[in-house]
Amino acid sequence: MSSDTAAGTRPHPHRPAPAPAAAPASASGGAMSGGARPSAAGPAGTGGLMARSGSTAGAAAGPPHGAAEGAQRVAVTGWGRTAPTAARLVRPGSYAEAVAAVRACGRAGARGGIPRGLGRAYGDAAQNAGGAVLDMTALDRIHVIDSANGLLLCDAGVSLHRLMEVLLPLGWFVPVTPGTRHVTVGGAIGADIHGKNHHGAGSFSRHVVRLELLTADGEVRTVERGTPLFDATTGGMGLTGAILTATVRLLPVQTSLMCVDTERTADLDDLLARLTATDHRYRYSVAWIDLLARGASLGRAVLTRGDHAPLDALPARARRAPLSFRPGRLPSTPGLLPEGLLSRRSVGLFNTFWYRRAPRAMTGELQKLSAFFHPLDGLPHWNRIYGRSGFVQYQFVVGHGQEETLRRVVRRVSERRCPSFLAVLKRFGDADPGWLSFPAPGWTLALDVPAGLPGLGAFLDELDEEVVGAGGRVYLAKDARLRPELLAAMYPRLDDFRALRAELDPRGVFTSDLSRRLAL
Amino acid sequence: MKDAFGIPQSLLVLGGTSEIALATARRLIARRTRTVWLAGRPSPALEAAAQELRGRGADVTTVAFDALDCTRHEEVLGKVFAAGGPGGDVDMVLLAFGVLGDQAHDESDPLAAVRVAQTNYTGAVSAGLVCAKALQAQGHGSLVVLSSVAGERARRSNFIYGSSKAGLDAFAQGLGDALHGTGVHVMVVRPGFVHSRMTANREPAPLATTPAAVAAAIEAGLLRRTETVWVPGTLRVLMSALRHVPRPVFRRLPL
Repeated sequence: MSSDTAAGTRPHPHRPAPAPAAAPASASGGAMSGGARPSAAGPAGTGGLMARSGSTAGAAAGPPHGAAEGAQRVAVTGWGRTAPTAARLVRPGSYAEAVAAVRACGRAGARGGIPRGLGRAYGDAAQNAGGAVLDMTALDRIHVIDSANGLLLCDAGVSLHRLMEVLLPLGWFVPVTPGTRHVTVGGAIGADIHGKNHHGAGSFSRHVVRLELLTADGEVRTVERGTPLFDATTGGMGLTGAILTATVRLLPVQTSLMCVDTERTADLDDLLARLTATDHRYRYSVAWIDLLARGASLGRAVLTRGDHAPLDALPARARRAPLSFRPGRLPSTPGLLPEGLLSRRSVGLFNTFWYRRAPRAMTGELQKLSAFFHPLDGLPHWNRIYGRSGFVQYQFVVGHGQEETLRRVVRRVSERRCPSFLAVLKRFGDADPGWLSFPAPGWTLALDVPAGLPGLGAFLDELDEEVVGAGGRVYLAKDARLRPELLAAMYPRLDDFRALRAELDPRGVFTSDLSRRLAL
Repeated sequence: MKDAFGIPQSLLVLGGTSEIALATARRLIARRTRTVWLAGRPSPALEAAAQELRGRGADVTTVAFDALDCTRHEEVLGKVFAAGGPGGDVDMVLLAFGVLGDQAHDESDPLAAVRVAQTNYTGAVSAGLVCAKALQAQGHGSLVVLSSVAGERARRSNFIYGSSKAGLDAFAQGLGDALHGTGVHVMVVRPGFVHSRMTANREPAPLATTPAAVAAAIEAGLLRRTETVWVPGTLRVLMSALRHVPRPVFRRLPL
């Protein structure tokens, strides 16, 4: 395997290659450029950002140990706010600074580095204790939008939120969006994220044409689809290198509204039956599931499915500005909330309310895009509601035909009375080739649980056994607790991934708490 | 690395035959801990403890370590941290060594009293600082220090031991504050009377507890990154009351 790693990639120092597919865009008339492409080797034009990140990156070149360096470290956690570790936070403002930062990470005793986007991975994927965390969000240029062909070339630090702001008025949408807009393109590729359209559109990487990867040797490689390095990088949790740019295929839309059908299902079997029978009719589909319901209503759910609304579905008033995108947001969640706000009782009440408030069956409802895809983005820092112990997201997938395992897990979570209010069930379509990519055909269930729940660690270990026994896997972007021994059974291409990393990055320049914990 | 619940994958025990330490190690091995270093004076008891933990599925190494030989702490413990290597950091250090001494005898044998103080305080300061430096370099880890309620207020019946634990307790608190924000978490554990070999021929005090209960409290403290753990928890209330009892009264209490 390892001998093919260089196939399809061509290393060249410092300079991200122009993307040939996007180049004709300027000639196509409809093109819009988000800014001139910076030359990485020369001084970048982001002066304001450079001042600060320059000094941080300069520190990275200093001695790897010592009191002065310790003072600059900051505690970093994932979105679940568990297991904080301290790292130097480096924010490259140009490609050249990114290259310098990665070279500094490779020095003896520096304990490596890991790229980080907007920190929405729940666990420790974007943490690196004692080393560097490369905050890639300053590299956030949109280089080319080919609005005739629906192609985008942008820096990996651009958020999907920003892309929506820019793309929607042009009649384009991101190909895949997770439950939050506040993820970067680099993070979306690194975790190979999926959305409500996975059953039809696959995961994010399916829409990535090529990417430019800054690897451990400080070189920038253009990585084409279908090469081993591409498949290792999509879902590779940032461990093959820092993605600098990506060329992404977009989805055309006529409006920024969603046309949504809502149904309430009586129990889990009802839900699975409806998903199996009619999911193919919808572009987007997801079920919110009440994991505290018991007895006859075990696994009752609210199923919401829909598609982008066509222009003629809009009322006359809305047709005047069909592509406007103005998501609202509430004030931020306070920083100090008591532990145990989410008790069985409060979550049980919420779940019952949420289930009852949903219409039994409603078709063709027009919803704002943000309300349909990203309801929680309306409440900034919602992860604080779990208090200081934080929370754990548990997401697994089991194949078609393993419905019995799914039922057992739902029953066990319900019997255990895990106060989970963000539980979603989805039917996945075909898998994508990423070696550590999570989605696989079948059923995925994601649930959130307060980390302080007594005995939770052992309980989730038991669920792992169920999942592995059914040939399933858990999602690394959400993991903060998996037993390392189970990883190889969940990800059969793990050995290939390790071999490629051993060749590409023998000294472990790209290292994270996740990679240390699971020996990736 | 520690998992979301604060459970370490690797554990270094200083005072490898301590019953509280071994009860804690057993509990953590049952969850995630796979690598254990038991540091202590070489003895059949240390080897037996290592063998027992191996039987529970951990990879256990014994390390010759003497709390009184401070000049060698850096070398001995440095080797443990270096052996970890990439991905094999030391996620938790449990500072569990200590001696109770014999108050009645030690009052008339100052050198014996000094030995208690050197083991419980000086040795712990030295080993604690060595470990703190290494943990700080790796940017994460917990340093769990076994203190005692005896250090909370000096008592007529065991003030030599109590004063050494008072010093250790103050040291660990300050160290915890010094390391705040470095990713290193320092936990001070204050058990009451613990039924163990160390207290075998003593009259149990009220609210006596067991090594297993202390281990459970430590596991809970790791999850919440607690800085001070009382075992049992009611001791916190009791001691905050006793702290304010006037000396003439306190002296007469049957403690």
